[in-house]
Amino acid sequence: MDTKGFTFKGGIHPPHFKKLTEQKAIEKAIEPKVVVVPLQQHIGAPCEALVKVGELVKAGQKIGESKSFVSANIHSSISGVVKNIGMYNTSGGSKVNCIVIESDGKFTVHESVKPMGNIDELKKEDIINIIKESGFTGMGGAGFPTHVKLSPPKDKKIDFVIINGAECEPYLTADHRIMLEKSDDVVVGAKAIMKVLDVDKCYIAIEKNKPDAIETMKKAVESIDNIEVAQLEPKYPQGDEKRLINAVTGRVVPSGGLPMDVGAVVQNVGTTATLGNTIKTGMPVIQRVVTVTGNAIKEPKNLLVRIGTSFKEVIEQCGGYSEEPGKVINGGPMMGIAQFTTDIPVIKGTSGILVLTKKESEVEEPKNCIRCGKCVEACPIHLQPLILSKLSLLNKFDETEEYHVLDCIECGSCSYVCPSKRKLVESIRVAKREVAAKRRKASK
Amino acid sequence: MEENRLKASSSPHIRSDESVNKIMLDVLIALLPAFIASIFYFGVKSLILVVASVLSAVITEALCQKIMKRPITIGDLSAIVTGVLLAFNLPSTTPVWMPVIGSAFAIAIGKQVFGGLGQNFINPALAGRAVLFACWPALMGNYVAPLGIDAVATATPLAILKGTADAGLQMPGLLEMFIGRIPGCIGETSAVLLIIGGIYLIVRKVISWRIPVAYIGTVAVIALISEGNLTGMSYYLFAGGLMLGAFFMATDYATSPVTPKGKIIYGIGAGVLTMLIRKLGGYPEGVSYSILLMNVATPLIDKYTSPKIFGGAK
Ligand code: SF4
Ligand code: SF4
Repeated sequence: MDTKGFTFKGGIHPPHFKKLTEQKAIEKAIEPKVVVVPLQQHIGAPCEALVKVGELVKAGQKIGESKSFVSANIHSSISGVVKNIGMYNTSGGSKVNCIVIESDGKFTVHESVKPMGNIDELKKEDIINIIKESGFTGMGGAGFPTHVKLSPPKDKKIDFVIINGAECEPYLTADHRIMLEKSDDVVVGAKAIMKVLDVDKCYIAIEKNKPDAIETMKKAVESIDNIEVAQLEPKYPQGDEKRLINAVTGRVVPSGGLPMDVGAVVQNVGTTATLGNTIKTGMPVIQRVVTVTGNAIKEPKNLLVRIGTSFKEVIEQCGGYSEEPGKVINGGPMMGIAQFTTDIPVIKGTSGILVLTKKESEVEEPKNCIRCGKCVEACPIHLQPLILSKLSLLNKFDETEEYHVLDCIECGSCSYVCPSKRKLVESIRVAKREVAAKRRKASK
Repeated sequence: MEENRLKASSSPHIRSDESVNKIMLDVLIALLPAFIASIFYFGVKSLILVVASVLSAVITEALCQKIMKRPITIGDLSAIVTGVLLAFNLPSTTPVWMPVIGSAFAIAIGKQVFGGLGQNFINPALAGRAVLFACWPALMGNYVAPLGIDAVATATPLAILKGTADAGLQMPGLLEMFIGRIPGCIGETSAVLLIIGGIYLIVRKVISWRIPVAYIGTVAVIALISEGNLTGMSYYLFAGGLMLGAFFMATDYATSPVTPKGKIIYGIGAGVLTMLIRKLGGYPEGVSYSILLMNVATPLIDKYTSPKIFGGAK
């Protein structure tokens, strides 16, 4: 057995705090009385509402759709009455058009929801259609429509699929639990993705700090020749697509390129398991596993939550706060986004709700850069964060371009390690925005 | 209202417990064995020199920051490190006012004028030492043997090697040099204790192995070629300030390259310069000046050794 873990160069080892929830089996969240379903939960075009205020809807019914290719359908997560359609706060930080549905308490399933048939009999076109119709987006965080990712141009030959079970963000355990409890769904989903892309090699990549998930998935694919479990060294940001491809296959995605340029497609394990479930039951993406955790949560849990349930309600189901919260984060502590309010809905991309204590949320004043070079060592892209940040603070954005600012993946490793607590990613983000804006202008 | 209570600062939301103080504390811990040895070899005079130097460095830093209305950062321990390093570069015979002046200069002109910690381009302690050397060369070259050595040798081994010392002085044995029972500056005599300190810093990831290994390696190779035997080579390694320089001065963050490749080039450059000065220059020792020269080259080295980015050209 191969026990040597794959990895990449650079990166960091933050303490992972997964103990809080890794033993907690996925629990069904209490059914919400009201859901606020955003019409845009993905990168790409927002959907148009297909229903009107006052209309009755059922669980699994399509309620939002867009003509644009880069978009993903939206479905109702409960049955009930459409109460309102309007702008509401969301975890992305801005207001988004949402459909508010009040539950009738019955959770009647829509007629369109029925099993899709056996995976071995389904044709490639059927599967891509299922994916497109059911509103699949990457559930790891970025939220890119899945059917787009699975439609590479004809000239790009795909050699393998990597199912991303790395879950390198500290605190999060949703993917870990999915692999333990839904390994069959993962396998069905993986087979479907392989079929769509016409590949005969699939790796399920898991960090070695989840030995039980590795065991379970290994058992699940034992009799399948072309699906293999790849063990990864635990390291952040091991779950980043390009890092993952590099670790598993040794291939390097070129700067500015996409995984498909080196013949790879990466899919998050949560997305894959949901796809497996959709094929089995026909239910579109109307719920997801969310890790609700952090030292300010009374009883951290992994919950299966209906899309549109408010953060507030989800937190209440975990016993509420154990002390006054300092920060509520959508996602993990490295890349997640801190929220001003908990009055926002869970969406397809909500992998975790992390609540930090007041003390943990304190931000230290940045001091002088001492040029220790730790940020340079930590950067998985081999950038020089100290220089990028310094140039950005001096508004020398053109020069940041020479130092490849656009290649920064905003993983936060540099800020994490900096002994002077400098706000490196923050200033680099500013430079990225400026450079990108300048390029857009130039191309007009 | 909840809105006002929740902090919404940008990611990452967790930070390592790394801090400047911890790094500087590690450096001080690494210097401790050599410090104790210096008291053992040169007596209480060593202690007095180090204390005077440190006090001067810390007070100067606080004064400068007060005058320039900057936050006072003496708590980060970096001034203490500079003070210790400066004192380590002095012979035990130097009068107490010298480290006081040297440290004051090191901090005021070598560091604070440029904007404080991390902003200076030459190593403050070495700048202080260079000024003392330029102003009072005789006082800076007055070496005595460590306590408890019978023969009163008053020249450093490197001076004997170079032939600038009085004829008839014997080279000390290799072991004596290794453990530091030789005339020299108070902090640089014990190669073995400095190496232990250096390894501690590498293990604690305070410094990277690259600069010291490239530096010492280069000196070793050149010395081996020019001397033709291992004993000859060892004198160049263990006599003089090479170990102190390679592990503690050349690795100074602010004044050495941050890129991995740059660190190697920097180390090799310092090694070549050290041997050039020792072999061809007017001084028997060359560590300080070669590091100062490389300090000046650091921005250039950094610029031309930008690492190749992942998946892209340089
Ligand atoms: S980690 Fe921080 S202090 Fe060290 S070089 Fe980078 S920015 Fe400067
Ligand atoms: S510069 Fe960007 S890619 Fe590199 S460590 Fe910092 S955030 Fe990550």
